[in-house]
Amino acid sequence: MSGTRAGTASTVVPAVRVPRRRGTELALLVVAVLLSVYGYCDVGLAKNGTVPPGAAGYGAGLGVLALLAHLAVRFRAPYADPLLLPIAVLLNGLGLVLIYRLDLETPHDEAAPTQLIWSTIGVGLFIAVVLVLRDHRVLQRYAYLSVVTALVLMIVPIFFPAVNGARIWIRIGGFSIQPGEFAKILLAVFFASYLAANRNALAYTGRTVWRFKRLQLPTGRVLGPIVAIWLLSVGVLVLERDLGTSLLFFGLFVILLYVATGRTGWIAVGLLLAALGAFAVGSLEPHVHSRVTDWLHPFASIDAGQGPNQLAQSLFSFAAGGMLGTGLGAGHSILIGFAAKSDFILATAGEELGLAGLCAIFLLYALLVERGYRAGLALRDSFGRLLAIGLASIVALQVFVIAGGVMGLIPLTGMAMPFLAQGGSSVVTNWIIVALLIRVSDSARGQPLGKEAR
Amino acid sequence: MTRYIRHAAAFCALLLIALLVNATRVQVVQSDALDDNPANRRGAIVRFDQPRGDIVVDDRPVTGSKDTGEQLRYERTYKNGPLYAPVTGFASQVYGTTFLENAEDDILSGTDPMLAPLPLWNDITRAQNPGGKVVTTIKSAVQQAAYAGLGGKKGAVAAIEPSTGKILALVSTPSYDPERLSGTSKSVADSWAELNGSAAKPMLNRAIRQTYPPGSTFKVVTAAAALDAGVVTDLDAATKSPNPYTLPGTSTQLTNEVDGCTNASLRYAFEWSCNTAFAKLGVDTGLSDMAGTARNFGFNDSGLRIPSSVAASNFDTSMDKAQLALSAIGQYDTRATPLQMAMVAAAVANGGSVKSPYLVDRTTTRDGDVVDTTGTKTLRQAMNPATAMQLREMMTDVVEEGTGTNAAIPGATVGGKTGTAQHGIDNSGTPYAWFVSWAQAADSGEPAVAVAVVVEDAAADRGDISGGGSAAPIAKAVMEAALKH
Repeated sequence: MSGTRAGTASTVVPAVRVPRRRGTELALLVVAVLLSVYGYCDVGLAKNGTVPPGAAGYGAGLGVLALLAHLAVRFRAPYADPLLLPIAVLLNGLGLVLIYRLDLETPHDEAAPTQLIWSTIGVGLFIAVVLVLRDHRVLQRYAYLSVVTALVLMIVPIFFPAVNGARIWIRIGGFSIQPGEFAKILLAVFFASYLAANRNALAYTGRTVWRFKRLQLPTGRVLGPIVAIWLLSVGVLVLERDLGTSLLFFGLFVILLYVATGRTGWIAVGLLLAALGAFAVGSLEPHVHSRVTDWLHPFASIDAGQGPNQLAQSLFSFAAGGMLGTGLGAGHSILIGFAAKSDFILATAGEELGLAGLCAIFLLYALLVERGYRAGLALRDSFGRLLAIGLASIVALQVFVIAGGVMGLIPLTGMAMPFLAQGGSSVVTNWIIVALLIRVSDSARGQPLGKEAR
Repeated sequence: MTRYIRHAAAFCALLLIALLVNATRVQVVQSDALDDNPANRRGAIVRFDQPRGDIVVDDRPVTGSKDTGEQLRYERTYKNGPLYAPVTGFASQVYGTTFLENAEDDILSGTDPMLAPLPLWNDITRAQNPGGKVVTTIKSAVQQAAYAGLGGKKGAVAAIEPSTGKILALVSTPSYDPERLSGTSKSVADSWAELNGSAAKPMLNRAIRQTYPPGSTFKVVTAAAALDAGVVTDLDAATKSPNPYTLPGTSTQLTNEVDGCTNASLRYAFEWSCNTAFAKLGVDTGLSDMAGTARNFGFNDSGLRIPSSVAASNFDTSMDKAQLALSAIGQYDTRATPLQMAMVAAAVANGGSVKSPYLVDRTTTRDGDVVDTTGTKTLRQAMNPATAMQLREMMTDVVEEGTGTNAAIPGATVGGKTGTAQHGIDNSGTPYAWFVSWAQAADSGEPAVAVAVVVEDAAADRGDISGGGSAAPIAKAVMEAALKH
């Protein structure tokens, strides 16, 4: 509990506050850790008939991480939404189980230990953010530093060799990171800050193009950064062959622009620009073009006698799961091949946990997003609102883009399923996102009722 | 701003709904089609994840399984592979299954729901049952006698128990070891290419999947048709058959290999295999009676399963009289599998009744609990019992003093019929030597076995090829083995 706030509240209005619900959070954390340990044991029993030797250590490790994160929240963000941390722990724990399960099929290429280290770093950064960042509005000051850093992070991988067709990695020695992941948060901060500062100019000035349709374009000075962002997203896509990140940035920007200005015209313009960009790149850029072709004809390679491609294998996995799944450890999603632990991790969930498990996972993400939106609605400062919406939308868009991709709903783009997929940069980024959501939700729920925000 | 946040939230909800609907589409609506996609290896992985059930001959499995630890884990092994290949077929990771491995695949692979201890149990547990056993009707001694009898020659033997239809032997040579097709290694692909490319066609199951012109062995059918139709009423009465016989409507003259066929009695014509007499007999009997009798013996039946499918034997149903005359002596378009000719001999031995031939006595779970049994079923009555008695007599004469003396077995009644089938353009091919027969132990009320042997031996001197010379000794060895059993 924040002493100053409590003091203010008691002097101005009666101390009517949202319950803190830290006990609820702790109880849910216990459930999340137990579920993860149960999954871990289940994999071992299914594959080898014994509880895995590391089960106790795994459970203890995850439990300690969850407990430390909980203590940080309890002492520095006591009003934070009690669902955010348990969802993150459960998703991360489940991701570790799925990766461990796939490791059993590839004994010479174990990813779970590395992922556990990255998860620990992620929780560490989560705790650091919760402890250090006392008020999210501080971030507003660093808007331009954020966007410059984001641009640098996005451009650097161009100078490194492509991995599996995409230039999104920095490799130094045996160590590789995906800077585009961190750029997400920085861009969300910049967008939220820029739009919070300029929303009136964007909403109420500029020329009216179609008076009867009330489509009013803003002046070039305000419009400039928007076009720049669009060009940037297409540029990133072309140079790095990264359709997913481009789509994510663009979607994030359009959502925030709409929320900030309330102008439906922006969505129309956004969709038009996105369609133009996607069409141009989809038909001209060979890597992206092949993804679109695969999406339209996932079984073309089978008909051509070359065997199933990754997308076809992924669809086979989901189909094999059916309603209830084969059970952890009893599926064959390893047939997907090299990206089974990263981009295609959801296929393992779909095969071994079935439609039931998949729905549960989607609902966990939905709950995470909903809690972000809820914090956004409750906050009173524009920046905080836009930041919460932005961060929640990143999760929503990313889940949609990758899940839709591996299930054949939209063209496949290389992206990580938040928390579930193998990938250090991704898991660290998502922990920071959750930390920021914890911070804004603490502000949202902790602010005194009936008192206007400053 | 609040209103627009709600709109954005609705958009995110829309994305979630799209994902849920799509997941349902893939996992429920399309799942069966995706599961059945031939490129989906899951079926194969599950299929080979446990040892396959065994095929049993005389209480001993002739198959086995080898754990390779690879993705398609258990590979099939065979004991005496070449000997039993026409029975078992192969079960390959790459090339699928044939014959019993194919026909009884559900039992052997464990997918047959009847193997489950409780109804619907597997649907709930998703567990797979261990592969069941397929117990064959084959007698190893009979099978081995047939295989040894054929030796290195190209040919086939089918032996059945006339009263039940149990198949006692099914041999085709040259053969191959089906184990060569187990697994996924390069040697499997090499074997496949070699076996398919071989001129000797070792994977062809000549006993049930190859039809030959039956030649004079078909005279059993012609005689049965003539007797049933009343064209001949006295076996010993002279027939009005000239020598040579001019095929009706043509100037082609048909001759005989033996003397004394002019106006020979049916008994003499059968015993010495007079072409002229039988060609005329076929014409006199008429197309419809001939075709009817042939059908009753099992010709023109493309649906026969033992449970492996048997190639249909052919007797044309629309022919002119010259063609009918040739068909009556097993030439022209008349073609029969060795199994079909064994059924012909069995019908004679069994009072005219043709039993459905079958290869699987019963299927059981791995522990031996019976899942299903194949009982004796009458396929058709091929001829009147009285006609069958007359044919028994004539066939016995063939072995006692006619062309089939090489098949005689002391202490048993043996009936037979030789055949030498012409084939190729202008009969240029090396003739096929046929022998069909049955044997009944002196102290038994039922015939023990009916056999058909065909030898297509290109290496032999053309003059030596005759049913009596090449095929009868093999049939004799098979019958002896069956009688001893």
